[in-house]
Amino acid sequence: MAMLAVLQGWDWQFDGWIMVVGVLCATSTALLGNFLVLRRMSMLGDAVSHAVLPGLVAAFLISHSRSSLAMFVGAVIVGVLTAMFTEWIRRFGRVEESAAMGVVFTSLFALGLVMIVQADHVDLDADCVLYGAIDLTPMFTVNIGAYEVPQAAVVLSVVTLINAAFVLVCYKELKISSFDPSLAHSQGVRPAWMHYALMVLVAVTTVACFESVGNILVVAMLVVPPSAAFLLTHRLGLMIVLSVVIGAAGAILGHVGAFAIPRAFGMPSTSTAGMMSVALGGLFVLALLFAPQQGLVSRSIRRFVLSQQILRDDIVAYLYRAGERHGEAIAKRSDLITELFSSAVPMSLALRRLVRQDCIRDCGQQIELTKQGEKLGKALVRSHRLWESYLVEQAELDRSKIHDKAEQWEHFTGQALRDRLVDQTSSTGLDPHGTVIPAEPKSDDDGPPDAS
Amino acid sequence: MTGPAKIETTNQDSVEQGDCPLSVMDLTVAYHRKPVIWDVEFDLPAGSLVGIVGPNGAGKSTLLKAVMELVPRASGRVEVFGKPYHLSRRNVGYVPQRESVDWDFPVDALDVVTMGLYGQVGWGRPVRQKHRDLAMQALEHVGIADLAKRQISQLSGGQQQRTFLARALVQDADLYLMDEPFAAVDAATEKAIVEILRELKQRKKTAVVIHHDLQTVPAYFDYVVLLNMRVVAHGPVQEVFTPENLQKTYGGRLTLLDEVTEAMRRRERSL
Repeated sequence: MAMLAVLQGWDWQFDGWIMVVGVLCATSTALLGNFLVLRRMSMLGDAVSHAVLPGLVAAFLISHSRSSLAMFVGAVIVGVLTAMFTEWIRRFGRVEESAAMGVVFTSLFALGLVMIVQADHVDLDADCVLYGAIDLTPMFTVNIGAYEVPQAAVVLSVVTLINAAFVLVCYKELKISSFDPSLAHSQGVRPAWMHYALMVLVAVTTVACFESVGNILVVAMLVVPPSAAFLLTHRLGLMIVLSVVIGAAGAILGHVGAFAIPRAFGMPSTSTAGMMSVALGGLFVLALLFAPQQGLVSRSIRRFVLSQQILRDDIVAYLYRAGERHGEAIAKRSDLITELFSSAVPMSLALRRLVRQDCIRDCGQQIELTKQGEKLGKALVRSHRLWESYLVEQAELDRSKIHDKAEQWEHFTGQALRDRLVDQTSSTGLDPHGTVIPAEPKSDDDGPPDAS
Repeated sequence: MTGPAKIETTNQDSVEQGDCPLSVMDLTVAYHRKPVIWDVEFDLPAGSLVGIVGPNGAGKSTLLKAVMELVPRASGRVEVFGKPYHLSRRNVGYVPQRESVDWDFPVDALDVVTMGLYGQVGWGRPVRQKHRDLAMQALEHVGIADLAKRQISQLSGGQQQRTFLARALVQDADLYLMDEPFAAVDAATEKAIVEILRELKQRKKTAVVIHHDLQTVPAYFDYVVLLNMRVVAHGPVQEVFTPENLQKTYGGRLTLLDEVTEAMRRRERSL
């Protein structure tokens, strides 16, 4: 019920259109953004969205109207010029691309500001440039057939369709010229053409979105969804799809959040464009944490799982060695913790798992190896000692250095590898320290798993 | 120039030019006025394995890039099978230098190899199953078909090099240009690459390979171009790959060239 109270005043007609506009912005920008991110030109959107200002003002001064078309054309021309100037400065000034971009867009933006001041009746205010006016977009409508549709939605639909068609038709050309321009060249694809086509569309898209969402969100939408998608997949096609989904999700969450979150604290709703950027940032952080391969959380989970596997191996091997020495494969829990450099929590987790695997018996403070555990321990100790023999005989390593390596590798050595170690070491049955290498355990057991 | 007479008989204006896989005439490339390669001139015999050898900074990569029109030429001409490069580039396979590849790019080995077929697929058309099959065969050829779906940064150095070799092979070109394919590869990969080079030769293809390990030159190549900004010598390995020529190639750069460039710069600044 609290949920409903927060959403009081929500108007599907009105707020629905805001979300549609947001989703269209996100989709059109994310489609191109993937290639900007992959070409390490992420900040081009930033540059273009700032640099178009003099184009807007010039269009106004020349046409004496705020006609959208004139403004649009003016902005696109300057947007494309930004990309071209950047390229020229990079090439002839011999500076980095980002430096060249910095020179071009700040100069053009400043030129635009100066022009605004001169033409003091120009109705362009700084807030609008930064945040856009997405909350107002449903108020400016055009009629399409019998329907009244916000103008922004119409413009952005067209831009989205153009971008989608571009990415679909030129998918492999974009892919090859982003990945390997020289191969693209030799395959008859002109990477320079693809570059400029991309730049023109980035300029068009940026200008189209600019009016609705301002230049902060344009940059966020160009860069953040593709960067998040990049963390989630290793495939370009999927990356593009994911970036669109993430962008759209950010737009929807952003608007709902801008509407609902401040109300939950009894305040009026906040800037939708700002909240969309925040939502995108949040989604990026989620991707950073939980990406299946590179995610921070998934990486630390994998690391923990591996450390537990190793600890379980170590416990079993320790008990097996104790059995060799004293005839009884028994140890105190506290000894295990100190001897294996572990601590209480990981140790009890590992012990509980070993009990379930029927490798040990947990008799309170005493830990005892079972038949099953003995086989496992035998295999581990055998691997360890075989590796030590191998390192001394084949790699001619000093005896003082072999223990650590064998200690590490024993966890990743299965029977197949042990058999090969036997083939390549002398068959004295003793390791370099003179200890007996235990025989291969009987076959129903497969020892510690291989590296897989 | 110590080029042997045998090769020189294929003269510039002879009719046989069409057969010459790569003919470089008077080629000069300069970055910011400083010449990187200077008056490079050679014709390569068809169906040979050619090593390009020279010290760091000798302009070996630049030479290949200039052949492929990737860097502007200050002067000179290049003909590939008797035609300018851009008319015969479908017939040229290229293996880039490892450092120039963006290994984090979201593509797998199969994707990379398939790129070698984009020219055949045609503008704006999707890659079809038959192209993927061809790419798969090329991966099998270089022995890493089981890694087809692996993202390229997850491959070892040798596997990465094999991927790019497969990409060149799938182009089924007649001339291959390879920029240090032997750099940072394991012994098994080196062997595999050599085998593939020999196979190419059997199929009457020509491979031009930038190579660093002087010891293996006589074993791997039958023709060699010794380069240090200009061509010191070129010809069959037995005739040209001599201690004197190597001394000329590796002993001392063209210091006078550096001096004249410096003088040009000073003059420019004082203007």
